[in-house]
Amino acid sequence: MAKKTSRRKIKRFYDYSLLAVIIFLCIFGLIIVYSSSSYSAQLKIGDSLYYFKRQGVIAAGGVLVMIIVSKMDYHIYVRLTGIAYIAAVVMMVLTNFTPLGLEFNGQKRWLGVTETLSFQPAEFVKIAVILMLASLIDKIGRKIDTWRGLVLAVFLTLPPFILVGMHNLSSGIIIAGIAFVVCFVGSKKKGIYILGVAAVAVVAYLFVEYGDKLVEWHILKAYQLERIDIWKDPEAYPQTGGWQVLQGLYAIGSGGLFGRGLGESIQKLGFIPEAMNDMVFSIICEELGLFGALCVLLLFMFMVWRFMVIANNAPDLLGALIVVGVMAHIAIQVILNVAVVTNSIPNTGISLPFISYGGTSVLFLMAEMGMALGVANRITLEH
Amino acid sequence: MDRTEAKKAAQRNQIFHKKGIVAVFFAMVLACLWLSGRLAWLMIFQSEYYMEQADELHERERSIKAARGEIYDATGTVIAANRTVCTISVIHNQITDADQVVEVLSEQLQIDPEKVRASVEKYSAREVIKTNVDKETGDAIRAFHLDGVKVDEDYKRYYPFGELASRVLGFTGSDNQGIIGLEVKYESVLKGIDGKILTMTTAAGIELDSMAEERIEPVPGNNLILSLDMNIQKYAQQAAEKVMEEKGAIAVNVVIMNPQNGEILAMVSVPEFDLNNPFTLNYELDQPVTAQEKQDLLNKMWRNPCISDTYEPGSTFKIVTATAALEEGVVSVNDSFHCPGYKMVEDRRIRCHKTTGHGSETFVQGVMNSCNPVFIEVGLRVGAERFYSYFDKFGLMRKTGVDIPGEASGIMHQPEDIGEVELATMSFGQSFQITPLQLLTVASMVVNGGTRVTPHFGVAVQSADGSFIQELEYPVEEHVISEQTCETMKMILEKVVSEGGGKNAFIEGYRIGGKTATSEKLPRSLKKYISSFLGFAPADDPQVIALITINEPEGIYYGGTIAAPVIRDIFENILPYLGLYPEYSPEG
Repeated sequence: MAKKTSRRKIKRFYDYSLLAVIIFLCIFGLIIVYSSSSYSAQLKIGDSLYYFKRQGVIAAGGVLVMIIVSKMDYHIYVRLTGIAYIAAVVMMVLTNFTPLGLEFNGQKRWLGVTETLSFQPAEFVKIAVILMLASLIDKIGRKIDTWRGLVLAVFLTLPPFILVGMHNLSSGIIIAGIAFVVCFVGSKKKGIYILGVAAVAVVAYLFVEYGDKLVEWHILKAYQLERIDIWKDPEAYPQTGGWQVLQGLYAIGSGGLFGRGLGESIQKLGFIPEAMNDMVFSIICEELGLFGALCVLLLFMFMVWRFMVIANNAPDLLGALIVVGVMAHIAIQVILNVAVVTNSIPNTGISLPFISYGGTSVLFLMAEMGMALGVANRITLEH
Repeated sequence: MDRTEAKKAAQRNQIFHKKGIVAVFFAMVLACLWLSGRLAWLMIFQSEYYMEQADELHERERSIKAARGEIYDATGTVIAANRTVCTISVIHNQITDADQVVEVLSEQLQIDPEKVRASVEKYSAREVIKTNVDKETGDAIRAFHLDGVKVDEDYKRYYPFGELASRVLGFTGSDNQGIIGLEVKYESVLKGIDGKILTMTTAAGIELDSMAEERIEPVPGNNLILSLDMNIQKYAQQAAEKVMEEKGAIAVNVVIMNPQNGEILAMVSVPEFDLNNPFTLNYELDQPVTAQEKQDLLNKMWRNPCISDTYEPGSTFKIVTATAALEEGVVSVNDSFHCPGYKMVEDRRIRCHKTTGHGSETFVQGVMNSCNPVFIEVGLRVGAERFYSYFDKFGLMRKTGVDIPGEASGIMHQPEDIGEVELATMSFGQSFQITPLQLLTVASMVVNGGTRVTPHFGVAVQSADGSFIQELEYPVEEHVISEQTCETMKMILEKVVSEGGGKNAFIEGYRIGGKTATSEKLPRSLKKYISSFLGFAPADDPQVIALITINEPEGIYYGGTIAAPVIRDIFENILPYLGLYPEYSPEG
C-alpha cells in the first residue's frame, strides 16, 4: 500500500512542447494540403475540399490514437512485438504476392479491397521494425556488439526490408536507415557502423560516376541510371523524367524570400502532378518562401531535438531505443523528402511527415508520436 | 539477484547510448543545415532564373493588334479604313463538347467538318480554325458559348471606295502590312505598335483571373491626310473609262495636280482594280494559269503606269524645248520660220505631221501648229550640250520623288551619243522616254513661275485621336526658270488652246492653256499610238494642271481630237468645284 501511495506522488513528465509542435504541424499540414490539392480536387472530383476533408478526419483520429498510445506503458505493448513483426511480414507478403495487394498509379503498395478500404502496410512495417529492434537490443544487451548479435539484428531486419523495398525503394531505404540508427545507438562498438556509412558512400559514388558501366554489367538497371542522369541535369529531360523535378524547382525558385503568399502557388495548378503528395514541400517554398521553408525545417529539427532529449532521459534502454527509432524515422524521411524536392539526390517517392497527403502515413505517424510521448511520460521528475 | 542486476544493467540507458543519440542528432542537424543551404541557394541566388522559367511556363502572351491609321482625302473623307474581323481558334484542353464544337464551327464557317475535327482533336495550346471571319459570324459563334472556342477580334483594311485610286492607295496583306502604293510608302506612319496582354495560366491553359495581368496598350497608327480629292478622282475615272470605251483603248491615265505646290488631286489609271479584292484579276483569263503566272499578272495589274511606265511624250514635250530655247534666248516669240512639210537634218528627212507644210509662221504659231520643223530648228539652235543640261536642270534625269513606291526613271541618250538627228527628234519629244508624272512635273514648273515642286499625295500626318498634326514637307527648288520665260510660255500655251491644236479643250469663260500630243508607240511599225493632252487652268495663274494619256486608241488617234475633249470635260466640272468660276466679259 505504502509503495502505491509513493508511486502516486511521483511526478510524471509529459512533453507538451513536442505535443504542441505535432499538433501545429498537423494543422499546418492540413492547410497546405488544402492549398495544394483544392485545384486538382475541384478538377477531378468536383469538390475542392475532398482531400482536405479526408485528411482532416484521419488526422483527428490520429491525434486520438496518439493520446491513447501516449498514455499506455510501452512495456505493455512491447510484449506484442513478435505478433506485430509477424503481422508486418504477412501483410507485406499479401501485398506483394496476392490479389489483396492493390496497385494505384502503377505502384503496388496498398493492402485492402478498394481504394477507400486500403492502407499502406509499409508504414506499419516501420513501427514493427522499430519495436522489434528496440526490444531485441533490450533483450540481448551488450551482445549486439558481437557478430552473432549484429547478424541476428540484420537477419531480422532483412525480410521486411526486402518485402517493402521490392515495390517501394524509398520506404525500404527508410527502414534500413531506422535499423541502422537503432543498432548504432544500441551498440558500444561504433567502428563497424562508420565502416558501413563509408561503404554506402563508396557505392553511391560508383553509381553516380560509373552508372553506365554498372548498367552494362547488369548491376544497375537502366531506369535507375536514368534517374541518376535526370538528377544530374533535369533540364535535359524537361518533358519526360525531369518534368516533376523541374516543376518543383520552378516552384521553389519562384518562392524567393517570403513566397507568393499562402494559397497563391501557380505551380500547384496542374504543373506539379499531385502537388499535395511528395512534392508538397515545393508548394510550401513557393507560397511561403525561404522563410516559411526554413520555419518548417526548424520545426522538424525541434521535434528531433525533443526526441533526443526524451531518449537521453528515458527510464530504460527499451524506451530510449523506441524513441531513437521514431527519431530516425522522422528525420530520415524529412531529410530525404527535402533532398528529393530540391534535387539534391535522385528522385524517389518519399512523403513529408505530417504534411503530405496520405491517410495511412498520418495515422501510423501519430501512433509513433504517441509512443515517443508515452516514453516521455514514463520519465520521473526528480524533486 | 545477480541476474536481475545484470538485466537492469543491460536495460539501463548508458552513457555510450546517450553519446550515440547525440551523435545521430547532430548528424541529422548537419543534414538539415546542408538542405537549408541548398534551399537558400535555390531561393535566393537561383530564384531569378527559376522564376523566369516559371513565368515563361505560366505566362501566355496575347498580342492586341494596333489599329492601322486611316487615310483621308482632301475633303476629310475616309478612303482607307479598318473593319473588325474575327479569328476563330480552339484550345484543345478547354473543349468539353467536341462534337458540338465541330458541328457549330463547320456550319458557321462553312468548313469541312473533318477539317474542323482534326483541329479540335489536335493536342496543342491553340489551333486557329479560320481568320478574317466577318464580325457577324464571329458574334454568332460567340453566342453559342462553347468551351474552348476563342473568338478574337482583329482589324482588316477596308477601302470604302473600292476601285478608286487603287494603284495610288495600295492595299495591305493578311498581316496588315502595306503591299503597294501609299500603304507601303507610309507603312511606318500608318502602322501602330501592337499591344500585349500577359496573363498567367494553369497547366490546362486557363487564364487565372486572380493574377494581375500585365497589359501593354496598343498604340494605334497615325492617320494620313492626302491631297487626293475623291470627287475629282471619281470624275476623272469616269471620264477616263468613258474615253477608253469609246476609243477602244487598252488603258487611260489621268493625273491632275496643283502646279503651285505639287499636290496631286487625282491619279487615274483605268482599268483600276478592286482594293477590297486585290488578289483577283480585273479581267477574265482565257486559260488557266499557274500560281507563278497568276502572281506575274497580279504584279502587272498592280503597276501604276503614271509613275512606273515610261513613254515617248511626243509633242507635249515641245513645252520643254520651247522653254529651254526661250531661256537661252535663241528664239523669240516673233521669230519667223518656214515649214515645207519636212526638215532635212544631216542626211535624214524628218517629216512634219502636216505633210503639206505649215508654210511661213512665227514661233508662237509654230507652237500652236505643233510644227516639227520649227522645233527641230529651235532645238538645233539650243544645241545638244545645252539641251541636255536643261534635261538635267528641269529634273528629267531623275525621279520626281513622288511619295508612292515604284517610280521609274526616264530612258535617255548618253550625252556623247546625241548627234544632230537625235537632238532633232528629242526636240519634239521622241527618241527618249519619261513617265507621265515627270512630264507633268516639268510642265508645272513652266507654268507656276519656275519652281520645281515635288509631286505628292501625303499632306499631313495626324495622330489617331487628332491631338497632333504634322504637315508633310517636300523639297522645292525655286527660280529654275525665269519669270519672263514662264509668262511667255503660259501665253503661248493659252493660245494653243484658244486658237491652235488644243482648241477642243477650250471652255467658255475660262483661260485654259495646254498642249496636245500623239506619240507613236515603239516599234513604230506597229502603228500604235498614245494620244495625250496636257492642260492647265487658269492660264494666267494655274491652279490645276492635268495630263491624260490614252493608250492605243482605235480609229482617230490625234491627241487634239480625242484627248483634249476629256480634259475639257474634267475641267468643266472640277474648276467650279475648286472655286474657279467662269469669267465672262461684261459685253459677253
